[in-house]
Amino acid sequence: MMELLLFVAATLRITVPYALAAAGASFSERGGVINIALEGIMLNGALGYILGAYATGNPWAGVAAALVAGVLTAALHALVTVYFRADQITSGLGVNLLAAGLTKYVLVAVFHSSSNSSRVPGLDLVTGFGLERIPALGPVLAAPLVLLAIALTLGGQWLMFRSVFGLRLRAIGERPEAAATLGISVGYYRTLGVLISGALAGLAGAWLASEQHSFTDGMTGGRGYIALAAMIVGKWSPVGAAAACLLFGAAEALQITLQGSRFPSEILQMLPYLVTMLTLAGLIGRAVPPRAVGVPYDPERP
Amino acid sequence: MSARPRLATALEIAAPIVAVGLALAAGGAFILAAGEDPFAIYALIFRQCFGTGYGLGQTLFKATPLIFTGLAVAIGFRGGLFNIGVEGQLYLGGLAAALAAVALAHTPAPVPLLGALVAAALAGAGWGAIPGVLKARFGAHEVINTIMMNFVAFSLVAFVGRRVFEIATVRTLQIPAAAELPRFDVWLPALRGSPANVALILAVLLALAVGYLMFRTRFGYAIRAVGFNPGAAEYGGIAIGRTQTITLAISGAVAGLGGVNFVLGYKHFFELGFSAGAGFLGIAVALIGRNHPLGVIVAALFFGALSYGGLVINQRVPKELVEMLTALVILFAIAVQQVMERAARSLR
Repeated sequence: MMELLLFVAATLRITVPYALAAAGASFSERGGVINIALEGIMLNGALGYILGAYATGNPWAGVAAALVAGVLTAALHALVTVYFRADQITSGLGVNLLAAGLTKYVLVAVFHSSSNSSRVPGLDLVTGFGLERIPALGPVLAAPLVLLAIALTLGGQWLMFRSVFGLRLRAIGERPEAAATLGISVGYYRTLGVLISGALAGLAGAWLASEQHSFTDGMTGGRGYIALAAMIVGKWSPVGAAAACLLFGAAEALQITLQGSRFPSEILQMLPYLVTMLTLAGLIGRAVPPRAVGVPYDPERP
Repeated sequence: MSARPRLATALEIAAPIVAVGLALAAGGAFILAAGEDPFAIYALIFRQCFGTGYGLGQTLFKATPLIFTGLAVAIGFRGGLFNIGVEGQLYLGGLAAALAAVALAHTPAPVPLLGALVAAALAGAGWGAIPGVLKARFGAHEVINTIMMNFVAFSLVAFVGRRVFEIATVRTLQIPAAAELPRFDVWLPALRGSPANVALILAVLLALAVGYLMFRTRFGYAIRAVGFNPGAAEYGGIAIGRTQTITLAISGAVAGLGGVNFVLGYKHFFELGFSAGAGFLGIAVALIGRNHPLGVIVAALFFGALSYGGLVINQRVPKELVEMLTALVILFAIAVQQVMERAARSLR
């Protein structure tokens, strides 16, 4: 029983950054902008957390800095794709490469090492609700960013499917020209969608950095791409994306548990990617992307 | 041709050059922030990469896989397909080349080399064809699938590696001498010490072949027609799905062959992580090379020089500067291209 609870705790811990980034990405993509830049946004968010917490000694300043770093990185992606209407995939890859270089550059400038930062404080558990006393799960469930992630995922689902903002955003991702005829600014909503994605992916970075208490070169290790995959498996909705993240998180936790056994862990490593490919092929449910996703909106070119 | 369309063409061709200029300017800000003189740093990179025999050899060595991967991405783009899977195709191509060469160690002279080349191309082609089939058969977007397949390739190599790597290492056995591609410094003492090798000649020949295929053959026309306007291509009697699958297979084969530069020409074994982003850089190369084989060669030289350039400036500016420069070139290139194309449209 205890082992199972510990496994669940490990799964949740791994899922948090995936779920934050994936739920956020659904906002970018529902508005029509593919966000491959998640990886770079998360990486900059992680460095932001470290710099904020290092400069002030306060981990919450780190969280704020991670948010700012995430939103700024997303703003670059929005500038290139929405304002300049350039190719979204290429822009995302460019942003990721820029973040990989920039974080190491800053690491050398501030911490005089291209591989890791100094140690910074992490976030304290939320006390007063008794959450932290739950056996095995306590340290995860009482972590402030975990609670925030759950709230943001549920709130995001509401915003996406029950609010005027969400309706407009989804309309723009399906038929931007029709939305524009109704007087809805395509550029404004698309930019907001990308920025929301940036804020959440920045928080994902903050979680990684606060858990590890330091920044290490390339510490996101492809998590942005897994989040993107989860968003597809979750059918472009925040809650669906988070659920897919739980599945991927469990696979990763299982892989860690099985390490050292004779079972080839590489097979489990492939799981998220294979599931995503099967989903895209329509073999697991039906994955229909927003109709206008990936297409820059140019009013002069119908 | 009247003056205005000519100006429009000039604008489109100038886009990559403007983008490189803007990226160097933006990178200059980071050099200044590190307390160095941008002009001095850029001059140092240029001198070290092209001014000495050893440096030139290093630049050519770094540029070689980029010609392969740049061509691979360009072939996809011409066919309207974004092959982000080049990294994985290159990686598997390298492993296949090493395993084939080792397996053929006891065969007479040209067999190990030819076997390794064929294996590299086939591995890349097979890996490239899968997203092609998924697109043709199920309409699944190749961008996501090729990204996923990169990660599957990394895990697959780790899985296979457990069985085939030398005990307690992350590399295969040494390939036989008959499969090695000779280094240039055997004939050109000026390049002494640099690992530039015959794979470069292979790359240039391949660029010419790709140019011929794309612009002088019926099938190349079909690829470009599907890329330009799939609906019209289908109406014209071209089987879209089949063409796209073959396009991705050819793209993958070219990427897979890129693995021979490292495996057959340099280390003489496959090593975990050898591709080191050369596949992703291929996207930048194709972008700056405007998807043209000759453009790809020039762009590969530029990015090859940047890759080696990072090492020569590391004493004064963190070498990660070149990674940022590469990223800035990509971002400026796609933004500037849009601006130029819009300007060109208004001129026509």
